[in-house]
Amino acid sequence: MANIDPLESQISADLLVVGGGTAGMTSAIETAETGKKAILIEKLPSLGGRVVTIYQYFPKLCPPTCGVEINLRRIRSNPNIRVLTLAEVESISGTPGDFEVKIKLSPRYVNEKCTCCGDCEKVCELERDNDLNYGLNKTKAIYLPHLMAYPPRYVIDPEFVKDESMKKVVEACPYDAIELDMEPVTITAKVGGIVWATGWKPYDATKIENLGFGKIKNVVTNVIMERLAADNGPTEGKIVRPSDQKEVTSVGFVQCAGSRDENHLPYCSAICCMASMKEATYVRAQYPDAEVHIFYIDIRSPGRLEDFYVKMQEDEKFHFHRGKVAKITENPENGNVILEAENTLTGEIIKTEVDMAVLATGMVPNTVDDAPPLDTPLDDFGFIAPDTTNGIVGAGVAARPYDVSATVQDATGAALKALNIGTRR
Amino acid sequence: MDTKIGVYICKGCDIGKTFDVDKVLEAATEKGAAVSKAHDALCSPEGVQIIRDDVEKEGLNRVCVGACSQRIFPELFEFGKEVMADRANLREQVAWCHAPDDEDTQMLAEDQIRMSIAKLGVMEPPEPFIEETSKDIMVIGGGITGMTAAKAAATAGHKVALVEKEAQLGGWATKFKKVFPKHPPYQDLEDSGYKELVAEIEADENITVHLSSEVEKTAGQPGQFEVSLQNGNGGGQFTVGSIIQATGWKPYKAEKLSYLGYGSSPDIVTNIQMEEMASAGDIKRPSDGKPIESIAFIQCAGSRDQDHLPYCSAVCCRVSLKQAMYVREQYPDAKIYVIYKDIRSPAQFEMFYANVQDDDAIFMTKGEIARVASENGKILIDVEETLLGEDIQVEADMLVLAAGMVPTTQVEDNPGTDTAETDAATEEKADDKADDDGKKEAESAEKGAKIINLTYRQGTDLPTLKYGFPDSHFICFPYETLRTGIYAAGPVRSPMDLASSANDAYGAAMKAIQAVNAMAEGRTLHPRAGDLTYPDFFMQKCTQCKRCTEECPFGALDEDEKGTPLPNPLRCRRCGICLGACPERIVSFKNYSVHMISSMIKAVEVPDEFEEKPRILAFVCENDAMPSVDMVGLKRLQYNSMIRIIPLRCLGSMNTVWVSDALSQGFDGVILIGCQKGDDYQCHFIRGSELADYRMGNVREKLQQLVLEEERVEMHELSIADYHKIPKILDDFLETIETVGPNPYKGM
Repeated sequence: MANIDPLESQISADLLVVGGGTAGMTSAIETAETGKKAILIEKLPSLGGRVVTIYQYFPKLCPPTCGVEINLRRIRSNPNIRVLTLAEVESISGTPGDFEVKIKLSPRYVNEKCTCCGDCEKVCELERDNDLNYGLNKTKAIYLPHLMAYPPRYVIDPEFVKDESMKKVVEACPYDAIELDMEPVTITAKVGGIVWATGWKPYDATKIENLGFGKIKNVVTNVIMERLAADNGPTEGKIVRPSDQKEVTSVGFVQCAGSRDENHLPYCSAICCMASMKEATYVRAQYPDAEVHIFYIDIRSPGRLEDFYVKMQEDEKFHFHRGKVAKITENPENGNVILEAENTLTGEIIKTEVDMAVLATGMVPNTVDDAPPLDTPLDDFGFIAPDTTNGIVGAGVAARPYDVSATVQDATGAALKALNIGTRR
Repeated sequence: MDTKIGVYICKGCDIGKTFDVDKVLEAATEKGAAVSKAHDALCSPEGVQIIRDDVEKEGLNRVCVGACSQRIFPELFEFGKEVMADRANLREQVAWCHAPDDEDTQMLAEDQIRMSIAKLGVMEPPEPFIEETSKDIMVIGGGITGMTAAKAAATAGHKVALVEKEAQLGGWATKFKKVFPKHPPYQDLEDSGYKELVAEIEADENITVHLSSEVEKTAGQPGQFEVSLQNGNGGGQFTVGSIIQATGWKPYKAEKLSYLGYGSSPDIVTNIQMEEMASAGDIKRPSDGKPIESIAFIQCAGSRDQDHLPYCSAVCCRVSLKQAMYVREQYPDAKIYVIYKDIRSPAQFEMFYANVQDDDAIFMTKGEIARVASENGKILIDVEETLLGEDIQVEADMLVLAAGMVPTTQVEDNPGTDTAETDAATEEKADDKADDDGKKEAESAEKGAKIINLTYRQGTDLPTLKYGFPDSHFICFPYETLRTGIYAAGPVRSPMDLASSANDAYGAAMKAIQAVNAMAEGRTLHPRAGDLTYPDFFMQKCTQCKRCTEECPFGALDEDEKGTPLPNPLRCRRCGICLGACPERIVSFKNYSVHMISSMIKAVEVPDEFEEKPRILAFVCENDAMPSVDMVGLKRLQYNSMIRIIPLRCLGSMNTVWVSDALSQGFDGVILIGCQKGDDYQCHFIRGSELADYRMGNVREKLQQLVLEEERVEMHELSIADYHKIPKILDDFLETIETVGPNPYKGM
């Protein structure tokens, strides 16, 4: 039983968790199932985080929404968790064990009377870029973030609230659920410990100029590839190349696009090797004759994930090329892309022409843009340093590039670290 | 207790526009509802208040809410512990997916309410299993993982018994000269910090350390584990609520590395021997004690090799880089070669690799080892498939083999081959698999190391996965094991470095604390966390067939010498697989039973054969498939109205008697929809869908006996993202049933 709408101006809990993705949900749920109280706040209108944009997990090739549903079910049935969406930390004062946190709640413009009936959406004329699909398609200005959105309520993009035509949308709601004059409010939370789990964003691939993203139509990134494969994505799951919607016969995957590169992200993003091999299976599942070329420096599939790499190597349509792609150009005749990879030792250049290229862009912690308060120590790349003592514990990709399983592992422990800092004897 | 049922139907979200609500209310009254009312928006405060008032004034103790899915704001329709509430889904399953003003839709809506009333008539409020439990925690293994877990749990206020088989704490860390970087800027070697941790453990009054001790026996169930120790001091006994297994790893046996020259020269050593040498303070050539002028490291010695350890040991790349730094420190002019397949220094640890790469005297070479030989006091290594495109020969004074990690749960030293054999055996036995599952698991546990020494019927230890790791059985829930209240942490469950192990220890400690708190309140754990019901066995009717004891994924049931099950409610995760297994139908939960589902089946009004309205019963797994059914509604996808859906806790909880019930009730077909089975199973209870598939064999036999067509029962695997496939699955099945014709037993 998660109370979703704060009626009080002051709330309290043992733990505050900032970020409602996999890491944050985990920290909050594990705390609640331990019998302690947790407040889970999320900046966006729905919980779920990055994984709701992912088509399948490696290595089982199963849908992330399965885990999201389990977590939402745990949240729905647990009175110890309080979920606040459209919520951000404004300031933190106090000491570990006794923090006072100001939380700003931005207006949803839709109140708790919303039943998700969808009548509003039908009459809404305005459209916005669908951030879930990286702007590749549109939603209405009033929209349900995704099929498993929690709370299951519509939200209005603030940009359109003032538009005259929204009045019609207000009238279309049979439940008086739309309030265009909603104002932001700030509430206070008294908490013992804080887990900071604000996750990541993909590295801006346009910065890697030699790889042509943003200029060459058939160069996409790994996160976009997830959406192209997803049934609720812009192509309804059909992997076609962006320039002409053509079915693909060959796809090149460019590893370390930005990662392990001192001009971009000096660190390794840890998941991209597995992610590209996994995305290559999407291509192979749809196109039994398609060829896949993976250009890499080192394939990193630690532990038992090695089995997945071994399996991929058994597929004769998988071609692994050791070498970093130095340049991508477009073949003007057919829209194909030409990958030029350089063998790092011999300097030899290999050219490969494919229908489309996928850049394995790395993960950038959101703490780069929004650093946690209280002078929380960050490393050179913006990740929250391990062993903090100020009462704010980093979890998930806010602390280290992790895959989902490792994120859950980290976030489970982070919850205890934060609770323990608050109660240290 | 007498039930008094109120039925409330919401007319919002197109429900009221789709069918005649008054007729549905009449059906409710006929079915025995004491109160039946409709409202324009039941989820509004006014709507909820109407029900609240009736509960109070009319003394209702059962409430059927005919509205949206159970998944939408369940907390809105809770009316206290004594009042059982159920949702009859009239929105996603009726109004949004079926034609309005249609007699078939009308019949569907009425049946939804009838099934809910039947269910409520049988359900009872849960009475949790509460006994005296311990909130103490046992940690097995006194290395970095075990010590960190013990400290974490102790700081949270729990008494901890830390059991270590050696005479001192510290584990492998005591042998390491330095460890690779754990902190920003991730470039320099660090101390492991084990001494400080040992001191903290010794000073912590919540922690009792048992050195030179091993667990002789662990009896009971979470919350009540009775542990007997074996040690020089005559043993020891204590009770704990949960257990963390942090027994770590052992190096892959060096003798198996003879293919890389191990044993042919004293100058070929493993990374462990190298570490010992470095810790002792002097790295020199073992054969003659001479200083090192050149040294080679061969990576993946045994790891990533189908004949040895097929997995990657995850730490060896960084271990060799660290040891290369030791050599550089002692011998500034030495030539150092590292021959690797891929360098794996993930995340920020890349900075350590980058730092080592900056050293011009360290040569990193990708390649495959063709041959290792020792000649004239030199080691010669032939390397093929190098980046240079040509074969090279490396000559060195000394060679270090980067040997991998094997979990201590593995008795065999060659988990790769061992698993291959098991796989072959599994295939052979595929037919009688499910029947033998319990036994096989017990056997495989027998083959593994005996560390926890549980007295469980299904084996002494955590069941292990491929390669002997007792890792999670869920991809996205890394701590969940098949033994409630027992958690593995650190390299025993997956190869990992020290920093990750310490982190992992916190996670396992969190789970262990959660377990003891939940057990004290009779709550179960993941994935039905918080469920207070537990299975009750009507033993007088038990025929000792042992299906329940064998098929329980969590080993919850032991048995006496006659084979009568001995339930351990605190081990139970409430999946209901035992309920599905029992041919005598003696297993029931207060709110989930054979009788309850049978009542729901019998509540459906099946038209006679002349009406040409077939009826199909769908048993749908509530974990993934039911949310998918909701999404079908949300997307307004349409499908036939002949389907009646009954959600199950897991397809593994399907008792085949329900198929017989459905057929005798006049249903023309039965469809089962659940999670994927097999190696990449998505079943939330691991084996449920596999067991359901196995039980389909019994169903087919039953059909044969009744001279009914096999096509009348189908089973489908569905992932939660496959909602768009549901309408076609259901419509295709209807077509099949129409082709087969009406159930001849209809109306009998």
